[in-house]
Amino acid sequence: MDEIVRFQTVGLRYGMGPEVLQDLSFTLTPGSFHFLTGESGAGKSSLMRLMYLAKKPTRGSVSLFGRDIASLRHDDYPTLRRRIGVVFQEFRLLSHQTAFDNVALPLRVSGMREKEIKKHVEELLTWVGLEENMAAWPETLSGGQQQRVAIARAVIAQPRLLLADEPTGNVDDRIAARLLHLFEELNRLGTTVVIATHNKSLISSSLHPIMHLDGGRLSIEDRESEPAATVETLPRLGRL
Amino acid sequence: MALLSRRTDLPFERDDSSRYLPWLTAFMVFLASLTLAGVFALSDLASTWDKGLSETLTVQLPAGEDERTDERRAAAAIKILEAAEGVEEVTLLPPRQVRDLLKPWLGAAADASRLPLPQIIDVEIDRDGIPALATLTEQLRRAVPGAAVDDHGAWMSGFLRALRSAEAIGVLIFLLVGVATAGTIVFTTRAGLGVHREVIEVMHLTGAHDRYIAAQFAVRSMMLGLRGAAMGISSAAMVLIALGVLVEFQGFGVLPGVDLSLGAWIAVVLLLPATGLLAWLTARITVLRSLARMV
Repeated sequence: MDEIVRFQTVGLRYGMGPEVLQDLSFTLTPGSFHFLTGESGAGKSSLMRLMYLAKKPTRGSVSLFGRDIASLRHDDYPTLRRRIGVVFQEFRLLSHQTAFDNVALPLRVSGMREKEIKKHVEELLTWVGLEENMAAWPETLSGGQQQRVAIARAVIAQPRLLLADEPTGNVDDRIAARLLHLFEELNRLGTTVVIATHNKSLISSSLHPIMHLDGGRLSIEDRESEPAATVETLPRLGRL
Repeated sequence: MALLSRRTDLPFERDDSSRYLPWLTAFMVFLASLTLAGVFALSDLASTWDKGLSETLTVQLPAGEDERTDERRAAAAIKILEAAEGVEEVTLLPPRQVRDLLKPWLGAAADASRLPLPQIIDVEIDRDGIPALATLTEQLRRAVPGAAVDDHGAWMSGFLRALRSAEAIGVLIFLLVGVATAGTIVFTTRAGLGVHREVIEVMHLTGAHDRYIAAQFAVRSMMLGLRGAAMGISSAAMVLIALGVLVEFQGFGVLPGVDLSLGAWIAVVLLLPATGLLAWLTARITVLRSLARMV
């Protein structure tokens, strides 16, 4: 399989309203890294929802990991979703669970044993610099720390596709740059990454291609050829 | 056992929708316990009467002109009865006992020695070899003109039909209480799905199967159901015991006491796991059906 995401003349509308996405056709290959830009209301979040299977297209065809989602049975969704990591703009951490339990959630729902979960979650939270905050409730964490918990939850199950919707919307430029570094590290490990953002300095700090939405229509700006994805040991990241 | 795991990703402790579920369940189980006990009591009563009366016949001989005639007629009838196949024991009731039986209807007049009284013969029969009633009656009538044989069938069948009808109504009420309990659980579970919609969406997006989410609702519902059932059964047991004591001391004439059989008590106690199972299953099905409509 050499396609992670494939859209063919996809359209999306909510209820009887106008189409918010029109004739979208593109392909994301394994190990690619894209920014998704556009004005507010251009359809970025809608496109992300289609990619993380929270919505179905009104028309056209969407394939994920080589499977047309129109042919999916209800029971097939969890299997595909486990290959997708999502970082929401508003984090969507479970406020009644600790940082540890939030990050553990994708492993628990997949049926992993608690002993294994503990090992993986502690390792990852340490990697994102939150080893001192494992038992903390989300509301006691700073915006940057919550962001890292959300990212840890998105990547704990080693997704093949990572979608981040405005991940730098609540943090300053310094933290945004570090977050980008984190996503690039994951990309180097082979994860396909799409970051929806308004942050121009973040976009200009790298040469990844840009998917631009304007009035529900998509154009892709290929700024420079993608660096080849390589597998290497995860380095310890600095504190955000 | 993952299905019964009490660890949960959903913040049920913040969920007010299920706060009253144990109390509602307790009330329903209380009603169900009393109804079930009533059904068992009626069933036991019907069996007792059915068995007791179907093993007896009563032969009535008309009063003769004098004592010698009565004795002769009684001897002839007893001889025929003792010779009949399926008859185990024949007892001629003494005149004193016959007068006692008539007292409720005739009052003091029943004691009057000049009152001509029929002779009553109590016949115990073998249930497996009941004699041919028509033949026996014919033989008795030939020996003693006017003799009558009562197998209690006519009034017994009406009485038993009434008891069985009451039993059926009890079973219907019991089932309705079960349906109402399931309905309450469905309503509570749906309210819970609404309250936890955000968390469920995050769980779905992280790859949770509907079964995983449904299991958490089902276990929660089962625990609340068990708590309510325990309260309901305890209350019903106290009422039944109190009722038994009351009947024992007051007495209600022809009606038997309310001493429940062991089977009845076991059935009432079994309402506990049955309620837990009903709550678990209802919540699980409700959640699975609701989530199946989500993307």
